[in-house]
Amino acid sequence: MASNISHKLALGVGAAVAASAALYACTATGSKSTNLVTGDAASAVYVPPGSHDEYYAFLSGGYSGQVAVYALPSGRVIKQIPVFSQFPENGYGYDENTKAMLQTSYGFVPWDDSHHPELSQTDGVPDGRWLFINGNNTPRVARIDLSLFETTEILELPNAAGGHASPFTTPDTKYIVSATRFSVPVPNTDVAIDTYKKNFKGVLSFITADKPGKMDVAFQILMPGYNYDLAHAGKGPSDGWFFFTTYNTEQAYEKLELNASKNDKDVIAAVDYRRAEACVAEGKARTVPAKYMHNYKDESTHVAASERKTSVKMLDPRDCEGVVYLLPTPKSPHGVDIDPSGEYIVASGKLATVIPVHSFSKMKKAIADKAYDGDVDGIPILKYTATIAGEVQKPGLGPLHTEFDGKGNAYTSMFISSEIVKWKLGTWEVVDRMPVYYSVGHLMIPGGDSKKPWGKYLVSLNKITKDRFLPTGPELAQSAQLIDISGDKMKMLLDFPTIGEPHYAQAIPASVLKDQQVKFYKLSENKNPGVVKAESEGGITRQGKRVDIKMAAIRSHFAPDNIEGVQVGDTVYFHVTNIEQDWDIVHGFAVLGANNAELILAPGATRTLKWVPQAPGVFPFYCTDFCSALHQEMQGYVRVSPAGSNTPLMANVSKKAQAQMSQQ
Amino acid sequence: MTRLARSLTALAALIMVGGFFLPLWQIRLLAPQYPEGLGLLIHVNTVRGMTENDLRNINSLNHYIGMKVIDPEAIPVLNIMPWVLGALVVGALIVALAGRRKLLVAWLGAYATAAMLGLFEFWRWERDYGRNLDMEHAIIKVPGMSYEPPVIGAKQLLNFTAISLPAMGTALLGVAFVLVALALVHSLRAARAARRGALPTAGATNDFTGNAATSRLEPAGTR
Repeated sequence: MASNISHKLALGVGAAVAASAALYACTATGSKSTNLVTGDAASAVYVPPGSHDEYYAFLSGGYSGQVAVYALPSGRVIKQIPVFSQFPENGYGYDENTKAMLQTSYGFVPWDDSHHPELSQTDGVPDGRWLFINGNNTPRVARIDLSLFETTEILELPNAAGGHASPFTTPDTKYIVSATRFSVPVPNTDVAIDTYKKNFKGVLSFITADKPGKMDVAFQILMPGYNYDLAHAGKGPSDGWFFFTTYNTEQAYEKLELNASKNDKDVIAAVDYRRAEACVAEGKARTVPAKYMHNYKDESTHVAASERKTSVKMLDPRDCEGVVYLLPTPKSPHGVDIDPSGEYIVASGKLATVIPVHSFSKMKKAIADKAYDGDVDGIPILKYTATIAGEVQKPGLGPLHTEFDGKGNAYTSMFISSEIVKWKLGTWEVVDRMPVYYSVGHLMIPGGDSKKPWGKYLVSLNKITKDRFLPTGPELAQSAQLIDISGDKMKMLLDFPTIGEPHYAQAIPASVLKDQQVKFYKLSENKNPGVVKAESEGGITRQGKRVDIKMAAIRSHFAPDNIEGVQVGDTVYFHVTNIEQDWDIVHGFAVLGANNAELILAPGATRTLKWVPQAPGVFPFYCTDFCSALHQEMQGYVRVSPAGSNTPLMANVSKKAQAQMSQQ
Repeated sequence: MTRLARSLTALAALIMVGGFFLPLWQIRLLAPQYPEGLGLLIHVNTVRGMTENDLRNINSLNHYIGMKVIDPEAIPVLNIMPWVLGALVVGALIVALAGRRKLLVAWLGAYATAAMLGLFEFWRWERDYGRNLDMEHAIIKVPGMSYEPPVIGAKQLLNFTAISLPAMGTALLGVAFVLVALALVHSLRAARAARRGALPTAGATNDFTGNAATSRLEPAGTR
């Protein structure tokens, strides 16, 4: 009965919303009563078959550890990019080529919690070279090459626990940063947890990011033991500064829910990173031992390798005066977002009743005037009244993040009141509200955190889905919503489900990326040690208990496709090369009983699958990607003989390859 | 031959040099799976793909129907054609220098013969590749089906539409042929005009102008 009533109530509310929406449509479009808001919105997001969307959007996968790529405005998923988690769909993290990508100082960590995608920038504008993303759990940052849509580099961060304030970039992509969410003993040692105030520290890492294969921790700054939450670089006048939000300035170590919510204000740490560079150059940073891994996949060999790092430069602000200032900010601030002009520093206090906005020029003046309100571990605290530019009054409940449209407006996500609030920079007045379903976390405007936002769309990344889509048992997809922000009033256009939990997102006009896409790897440039460039080069070799099989995949066969001489107790490596040189002619490789994964092979790529046969027999292998009309025939057999048997090594090649060889 | 006719013939020789560098013929292949198309370009001395890997990819597809691998090294006529073209270019230069109309006519005859033979050879080549299939190893066998593209025009070959057209090189060779033909026409008209003109022939004209070419250059119709 109760559910029946609530159902009716929901219907009633729905009807009211529909009615008001229809009314809105009528007033918005004048006399055309047939032009319902739904039809209008549908045409705004409709991309006809065969046509392309306007934007690529990169949404973090959250607990999936990956990045999902959507096309806007249609909201269609066009790709999942494996980053921190193994991906059986194509063998990432399972095959011999990419296993090294997931190595850490803790060993092989085949999963993570990916939060914040960040596009590389040139002059403060997203440039489409790379996408960076952080792993929150085992602090890591990854580089995704946007000509390949593939993870090519991962750097682990030492002395950190929870790489949450990460991987935000400087306007020139010289550095990306990563700050620890959980302060821990530095270096991490066995101490009583209740010695938190004495022993626990936070570190801010500055990572060199503009050279592929050379990602490294340039230096770390040792900070008070707070929780570091989010960050953004300054730009324009504030170029050279980095801003980090903190919570738990109470330095609680138990029941944080309560104990870290006591102070009226926490702080934003403003870091003058050029000053930090100078201090490091002057030798003021200590070189401290640290264990972390750097993993890089070479595109010419298609193989990733891990490098173990053993030390890091640690800068104590006490040894570098003027490198960090603290800006008191209400209350447990989450996002810190810099407006396109670089003047305003917008903090979103999760528990604050206003949205405080600091002024960069006032901050500089406060520093010059030494308008301090004490210090923490030698780091000056600036007076709140000396840096604050304004407060947005009654914005809503639970402000989290702010993005900008480049037209003088800011948009803030409100988790608790479940809405997007639009307000004006400078006057701080709220000008529009849009309810979102339900409980928005991050929001994203393409380029909305850069110098030049493309202020046409806004994506609301919601934390709770409930009834937005057809129900699918207790676990639901997450929900995103697309909003048109080109006019004075926000207009809801589309709901679309997402893979994993999208924390933050980035988007860029399609025109920037689509012409730089690699269509296939050039076989002539393939330097993999197991490559075969023609069918006739396939074969089998044995070294002790190790058997290497080199194999070509081409429509619609493997060469060789019959293999004998493998014995129980051997470890077999299949080195399979897709020797096609044509766009989207992909082959797969799967063998019966493989304990790891299959391989998906892009044209021109070589990948290696390890296989340990357990018992004698004959085992088929086959192509897992429907490549061609005779795909079902694309198969072969491996014969496995008992250990010590004298079956000779044999690897045939296809008749075509034999014909090729006889011609030669 | 008039001076204009000789100039035109020399110009034709120059234009024909383009035939060494530009493709003579093109065969485009379109299919549902190949919206961007595949293509072959036939040059005077080789066959290549329209993009870097088209030839490789066409050969890869052709293995399904048992077609021979298209290997430019294995097509003997591609070794002869550059010499034929070279001979025509040199011939045109000789004609321009010698200024003999008979040579001009002979050159046009040689050109036409070479062009006919070239087209015939192309047709024969397409027929050989399209019909002379390795049926033992062919994967797709369609009774009665052959796969030669047309010499010119479009034809459906299973899922592919093959469109065969002359390319830029042939256009240049065509222009050259037309120029030489015009040279012949002009020479013939000038000669006729000279015969029909003032009874005192060339010698008298020379007496007045000191330049016999002046009158010869003007087309008969303008008098």
